[in-house]
Amino acid sequence: MKRRTLLAGSAAVTALPFAQARAAERTRIVWWHAMTAALADQITRIADEFNKSQDTVELQAVYKGGYADTMNAAIAAFRAGQAPHLVQVFEVGTGTMINAPGKVVKQVWELSKETGIALEPKNYIGAVRGYYSLPDGRMASMPFNSSTAVLWYNKDAFKKAGLDPEKPPVTWPEVVKAAQAIKAANAAAIPMTTSWPTWIQLEQFSALHNLPFATKSNGFEGLDAELVFNSKHHVTHVQRLLDMAKDGTFKYAGRDNAPDAILYSGDAGITFGSSSSRGTLVKTAKFDFGTGLLPYDPDIIKAPMNSIIGGASLWTMTAPGRTPAEYKAVAQFLQFLARPEGDALWSQNTGYVPVTFAGFELTQKQGYYDKNPGADLAVKQLARGSTTANTKGLRLGNLSEIRNIIQEELEKALQGGQTAQAALDSAVTRGNKVLRAFQKTIKA
Amino acid sequence: MDRRTVFGGWLLPVLLVLPQLLLTGFFFYWPAGEAVWSSMTSQDAFGEGVRFVGWDNFAELLADPLYLESAVRTVVFCGAVSILAMGLALALAVFADREVRGRHAYRTLLIWPYAVAPAMSAVLLLFVLDPRVGLLGRWLNRMGLDWDYHLNGNQALLMVVMASAWKQVSYNFIFFLAGLQSIPRAVTEAARMDGAKGWHRFRTITVPLLAPTTFFLLVVNLVYAAFDTFGTINALTHGGPGKDTETLVLKVFRDGVVNQDIGSSSAQSVILMLGVIALTAVQFRFLGRRTET
Repeated sequence: MKRRTLLAGSAAVTALPFAQARAAERTRIVWWHAMTAALADQITRIADEFNKSQDTVELQAVYKGGYADTMNAAIAAFRAGQAPHLVQVFEVGTGTMINAPGKVVKQVWELSKETGIALEPKNYIGAVRGYYSLPDGRMASMPFNSSTAVLWYNKDAFKKAGLDPEKPPVTWPEVVKAAQAIKAANAAAIPMTTSWPTWIQLEQFSALHNLPFATKSNGFEGLDAELVFNSKHHVTHVQRLLDMAKDGTFKYAGRDNAPDAILYSGDAGITFGSSSSRGTLVKTAKFDFGTGLLPYDPDIIKAPMNSIIGGASLWTMTAPGRTPAEYKAVAQFLQFLARPEGDALWSQNTGYVPVTFAGFELTQKQGYYDKNPGADLAVKQLARGSTTANTKGLRLGNLSEIRNIIQEELEKALQGGQTAQAALDSAVTRGNKVLRAFQKTIKA
Repeated sequence: MDRRTVFGGWLLPVLLVLPQLLLTGFFFYWPAGEAVWSSMTSQDAFGEGVRFVGWDNFAELLADPLYLESAVRTVVFCGAVSILAMGLALALAVFADREVRGRHAYRTLLIWPYAVAPAMSAVLLLFVLDPRVGLLGRWLNRMGLDWDYHLNGNQALLMVVMASAWKQVSYNFIFFLAGLQSIPRAVTEAARMDGAKGWHRFRTITVPLLAPTTFFLLVVNLVYAAFDTFGTINALTHGGPGKDTETLVLKVFRDGVVNQDIGSSSAQSVILMLGVIALTAVQFRFLGRRTET
């Protein structure tokens, strides 16, 4: 037994130099990503599959910390002339990356033109493509992991409250009524909560109701965009949340995705959260969970528009001395990523939505949505209708800071320190300051 | 007694000092110089368009009411953390200085929290204090106390003050204990013979003799509260709710790292650096004088 492992070991040692020699002939490219746990395993799988699929390129995937850390690391590396070939940047970083001066990044259309490798925008689902494209439709970065927001609900709590567990609320008045029923029956510790308060209750809300979040097509058409999410309809919605908080039917549970813990524990009757929570729910939920589309307000719109995405895309970065062969290798990998079977597998293994039409159809054909009822809601919600200037997403510099500001002002309003109108007005004023500062640095 | 060494030439002394000079140069003067330079520029995240703007960043900061609010908050926070951490440590040190069984075990246990990384201690505290997931947090709510630091600014501030102070108690404890042990027994015993009672003894003998230690610790604690609490606060509240727990160093991080506004962030760092220089100067002046006499 011992001898055998020894032999195997020595075989591996002798084989190693050959493997390295072969790898040395290949063009090496590096991909920085921000995925952890099960998602990181999927990244490794993709890298392995790509490296096995051809023998000219060697892709190395490197974990660089959370989304913000990864982006900061890439920016610092660029400043030092050591940028990775590819970096995964979260959707709120898109404004910063797309406005990067000079030759910091090579946008997808540019890469495709230079290398002659086709990377077709039309293969991608509109709401996904739009977020990462220039106003004229040329793609700037490669869509990768995309999710959207959905409604999650606890079927057990619905039953206890006398609500139909197969019928999640569709409109906001129905949500309010359901939350009241849950509270009255004490069916869940928390009747309703929301993850990503800004992304879901303001950004998604604007898109669904075809309301502008900012001028200039939400910033797609110019750096001089101004925030306008303090309109009458936005105020009505935030006031609704404040009222619900007051009578105990809505519980604010923290910034960004901090409230996810409540979703997973089943303490909430209704939670608004990312569609990519599905993976964790399937694995860990000790309650019967259901999912529905994001609710809309029938007073504002009769048929809601598409929702917008969250997640991240891949940016090609430049560095001094980078060769055309390396860019070609990057393009080859991006093309590999876009294969329907790869897209479908990634989506099914992670809970993110397929980003290509073909990937979605393949997933459908493979029967995944039949076996996992509700998993297709996210894609359907993203792809319904045709996108307008208000539903393509947001293209605002320093969006993460603007999100922070909005959360701060909401928190002040929830403490009773200010009205819904005052909170949104103040967030708009402070947010506009951030936008102007960003505009100034870009023009410099 | 003169203990000065006289070197024959200048080469050897320079060589001897050189390693320290290099270290200081590389790890202090260079980065500090960079910060001062960046504080007078406006630049995009990628550093492609750097523009000299003079004092603009400083002027903007000082005209920003949110920055001034943050400064006041930081002073209050530092004061609260220092008083709490030093008060607790002094009390513990006085008790641990007595002849009690197993006092070595107490002392060791009291030093432990110092070894816990700030982010780690914050995560541990979340498990205890979170209003919905934490043990104590849930219990408080069940008892009818409306505990929710996600939304109550005062509760959030109280929480970060306690969390930050808890980490520093150990450090203060070690110094206070050493200070207490260096007080000559003869003095205390003489006072006892003169009939001075416990509290009186403590006030008239222990406190004055501990003054140098106390003053040193005050400076260290203020600096700790101003800078090293970043990890704890960031992990516990991210500066929220609203801006209720955002201290200056948190704002430096948020503007520089999250917001990629290198100019303003550097200006804030420079202001903080001036603060530390001032504190250190005060410390040298006072402590220097004390040890001379």
